[in-house]
Amino acid sequence: MSTLTQASTRMPTRIKTLALLATLLALTGCANKAPPPLYGWNGYEKNLDTYFRGDRESLDTQAKQMEDNLQKIRAAGQATPPGYQAHLGLLHGKQGDLARFQQHLQAEKEQFPESETFVNFLLRKFKTK
Amino acid sequence: MKNSLKLVAAALAVVVLSGCAVKPPVPYDYTEYKLSNPKSILVLPPVNKTPEVRAPYSMLAQVTFPLAESGYYVLPVSLVDETLKENGVTQAQDAHELPSAKLREIFGADAALYITMTKYGTVYQVLDSNTTVSAEARLVDLKTDKVLWTGTATASTAEQQNQNQGGLAGMLITAIVKQIVGTVTDQSHPMAGLASQRLLSAGRLNGMLHGPRSPHYNKEADKPR
Repeated sequence: MSTLTQASTRMPTRIKTLALLATLLALTGCANKAPPPLYGWNGYEKNLDTYFRGDRESLDTQAKQMEDNLQKIRAAGQATPPGYQAHLGLLHGKQGDLARFQQHLQAEKEQFPESETFVNFLLRKFKTK
Repeated sequence: MKNSLKLVAAALAVVVLSGCAVKPPVPYDYTEYKLSNPKSILVLPPVNKTPEVRAPYSMLAQVTFPLAESGYYVLPVSLVDETLKENGVTQAQDAHELPSAKLREIFGADAALYITMTKYGTVYQVLDSNTTVSAEARLVDLKTDKVLWTGTATASTAEQQNQNQGGLAGMLITAIVKQIVGTVTDQSHPMAGLASQRLLSAGRLNGMLHGPRSPHYNKEADKPR
């Protein structure tokens, strides 16, 4: 009798463990299916929107935010998305910091050789000025 | 009795068979797209056919994510826009009419994406308000001028609101709350983001193909869908 009652009191915990395991399996199953993103975005598209609107934050604030996020992307071992370095370069260039403009454009070109023609066009244009 | 059963069976068979016959959609012809095999995409500022001034740039800020995650290099949208403006091309319509050779020479992209905004904003009705964003896109090879792909997409807040109204009073309250909230927080911008993802993410039915930086590149079924 006592073993029976013991078994019946244990049952719910076993079911609970089973349910937990099932949920875990289901969750990890889902997690495995979704491929990891190719890039660390960290608000890049929000930065672009802020830039296009032009009435929210100063260029300096925008650049600082993107520099901070650049560190976070690197710390997470992720790749910066297409245009990230170039846009950050633009924010510096607009404030007159030509050295940083060139530095970030070079970084864009190194990461994405597809950008070579455009980056070279921009570097040429801003050297002769 | 037996005859009527046969009749029913025959009718069922007809229904089932015709149902099958209607099903297969015409698959998109990707011949030119695959032949062109673009690696980089130049997104020009969208042409605006809506009354909302904000529509094209709300969209332009959100096209990089779906295209890049689909495996393409996307030319920096802000620098592209600045370059066009500095060269006197201030209207999107004018940018869309620039010769391909000129675009290739400056931007060096394999293909250009021409977007037109057709809906952007909130429609207020007595009992409800809905925010809808719609856009069309055309991908063109910059060497051959051939159209590689075209598509349209829509995203709307109405999609989530078809259930649970709770009577007329409930509907009125929801409508009022949504009108207040809707004006304070701009719902159009997130809807534009959703529309952009529906329009430009690879792997959707009749959508764009994956680009070379994606693990799914060249794995799209060549078999007819």
